[in-house]
Amino acid sequence: MAWTSFADFAAMGGYALYVWGSFAMTAAALLWEAITLVQRRRDAVDEMRAEISRAHR
Amino acid sequence: MTMALHPTAPAEPRRPARWSRFAAPSAFFALAGRLQPWCWAVAVLAALAGLVVGLLVAPTDFQQGDSYRILFVHVPSAWMSMVIYLAMAFWAGVGLVFNTRLAAMLARALAPTGAMMTFLALWTGSLWGKPTWGTWWVWDARLTSELLLLFLYVGFIALQASTDDTRRGDRAGAVLALVGAVNVPVIYFSVTWWNTLHQGSTINLTKAPSMAGTMLAGLLLMTLAFWAWSVGAALHRARSIVIEREADTDWVRQLAEAR
Repeated sequence: MAWTSFADFAAMGGYALYVWGSFAMTAAALLWEAITLVQRRRDAVDEMRAEISRAHR
Repeated sequence: MTMALHPTAPAEPRRPARWSRFAAPSAFFALAGRLQPWCWAVAVLAALAGLVVGLLVAPTDFQQGDSYRILFVHVPSAWMSMVIYLAMAFWAGVGLVFNTRLAAMLARALAPTGAMMTFLALWTGSLWGKPTWGTWWVWDARLTSELLLLFLYVGFIALQASTDDTRRGDRAGAVLALVGAVNVPVIYFSVTWWNTLHQGSTINLTKAPSMAGTMLAGLLLMTLAFWAWSVGAALHRARSIVIEREADTDWVRQLAEAR
């Protein structure tokens, strides 16, 4: 363990802005990608269903 | 007597494995669906382990202090930005030469993930550059060629989105992707070809890595996580693209009705 306390860990040796700014943006980007993946799948399936129901009418 | 009621299918004659059968979108769709849970599982487990090792276990660097911990997201995203581009250009090229639909779909599926990795490499690099070099940005060869990579991804996506003619978009994108592939070795070797502010590689194939064991372990775990995430995301997006493009085929419609 490289740290003696949580405050020590959070401070990142004075580089908190840079270290946490990097990890937070990475997490945000991955979350954004996950959301867009789910949205795209839903849109694709919805569009296909709409096409099927138009064809059956 | 259940055996007689449920006879097993006669064994098929043994055939050599034929990977080309996965070029059919229907076979690919099923295979990608089976691979996905493994991708997500590896990504989550490797990321958790990598974060513990990288942020909690690995010691503070004697030169850079704790700012070096940005490496655990910067290096994997920078590696993936190049690897994904090469994969994208490869599949785009296969689609262009052999006129296979699935290859072009894979190229399209890889682009957004690659663009995101490139953005992350630039973002985390900037946050690392400020405390280390005293500047967020510098127009040196490594940073400039990585920025060009982002523009290539964005150009690829925009070019393909600009036409309703799917196959024409595939071909135009493929030409751009292949021409732009020249940039990848430029990025990779920029730190040796030119005198850049960006440091040289700490890890390469020819000599032992010059870093502590736990640092290296954290980096390899995070790299595995980024790989697994990228493969999972590209497969997921590729399956959506298959649905979008093959919505008029019976096998895709059966999927919709089965749900």
